[in-house]
This record gives sequence, C-alpha cells and structure tokens, in this order.
Amino acid sequence: MDIKVNVRESEGDAYVVDLTGEIDVYTSPKVKDAITELIDQEHYNLVINLEKVRYIDSTGLGVLIGGLKRVREHGGSVNLVCTNPQIKKIFDITGLVKIFGIFDDEQSAMKALV
Amino acid sequence: MSASTALQVSSHGIVELKIPGRAEWVAVARLAVAAVASRLRFSVDEIEDIKLALAEACTNAIQSAGGQDAGVIEIVCDAREDELRVTVRDGGAGIHLEPLRPGGLAEGRTEELGVFLIRALMDSVDYTSDPRGTELVMIKRVSA
Repeated sequence: MDIKVNVRESEGDAYVVDLTGEIDVYTSPKVKDAITELIDQEHYNLVINLEKVRYIDSTGLGVLIGGLKRVREHGGSVNLVCTNPQIKKIFDITGLVKIFGIFDDEQSAMKALV
Repeated sequence: MSASTALQVSSHGIVELKIPGRAEWVAVARLAVAAVASRLRFSVDEIEDIKLALAEACTNAIQSAGGQDAGVIEIVCDAREDELRVTVRDGGAGIHLEPLRPGGLAEGRTEELGVFLIRALMDSVDYTSDPRGTELVMIKRVSA
C-alpha cells in the first residue's frame, strides 16, 4: 500500500496535487509533506485531486484540514476533486463538505479558486 | 454429495489476527477484516465502512502510543449469520475514544475524527479501558 504524490503548477499561482493510492496513517505523512512544502513556498491556492484515491481515513482528512487552515490564514483556498462515492460519503458524514469545495473535475475546482 | 447438490457454506466463524502496532501494518488488518466481512451478506459499501472503522480503531491504538510502536494489536472478527462483531485490543489507554464533543469537528479537533467515524459507520460501539489496555467492540449488522 502506498500513495503517489505528484505536484504540478497550474493556472496563475495555483498548484495541483495529484494523489494516487490510499491515504492512511502510514501514507498520510507523505501527503502532508507535499502540502506543507507548497505552503512553505507561499503557494496558497491548491487543488488536491483525489480522483485516483481509493481510500482515505481520519489521518488523511486531518492532513487536508491542516492544509486548508494554513492556506486560509493567507487568504488562500484548497479545493478537492473527488467523484468516488465512498470517499465523498466520508466527507459528508464528517461534515467536511461544508468546509471544502468538492468538485467533479479539475477544471471546475480550479475555476472556483479565483 | 451429488453434483447437483448446492454446497452449503456457513458464514459463521471466528478469525483472529495479531498485527504489530505500527502504521505500516494497519493496511493488513484492513484487508483481513474486509475478507471476513465479504463472507457475510454485506454490500460493498458496508464492507468499506467496516474496513475504515477497523483501521480507525488500529490507528487510535497507535496514536495512543504517541504514534510509535503500540506493541501488539489483537483483532477478533466474529462473523455471525446477521452481524459482524469486531474486537480490537491493545495495550494503550485509548485516548480518543470518548464521543465527539459538540462542535468538535467544526473547531478542527481532527484527532477526534477517527472515533467519530467509527461511531458513524458501525451500528454499535463499546469499549473498556484500564491501565492494562483498551478493548473496543464494534458491531455491524447485515441490513435486510
């Protein structure tokens, strides 16, 4: 079980973090490191693409929440791309749908950043 | 048994598993409980719920050990006709097993997300904790 993290620059100052695999207590530090590095480089508008994520647990959610809190301190935002029903359900029952922008595709998530 | 006789397979049984209380082993527990759950009449979504709840219980044990080695985590899956009873035992104090306090998630107390998910995804959750360790019992019933 592993997570693949790919970071790429997109329109404007926005960055996209593509995640592939499973985000759990073992793999979430790798995701946290990637997000932290972007924020430390003063990139505060992020799209995190969860399209190829098969599983996420509370530690993964915690990493996303932590990233969101940090970018908001600088007027930024984190939008998510997610269509997996099981993962969307986790965001739903935890109420995180209310604090994250969750979109069906990257273009929509990017457009909503600005 | 004639070739035309349907094979009768009971889904009732107990599966026990011990994993090292370290993050890299949680995925093994997750896969094992999914395999047991698939023996019952759970939907794919319900099996995913059980996997996540079990993983959160193991993660809780690891976190209660300060994110370090939590020793041995014992998992007992008791598969019955109409429910799966999953018991998780560890040597920690179960620091985050209390129900979520009002406003907890909204206030960003992410350490409580795990137990919130366990309670939301399973039909019944009970635990005992003392200085010797914590035992968490989670039940998921097969829906009609």
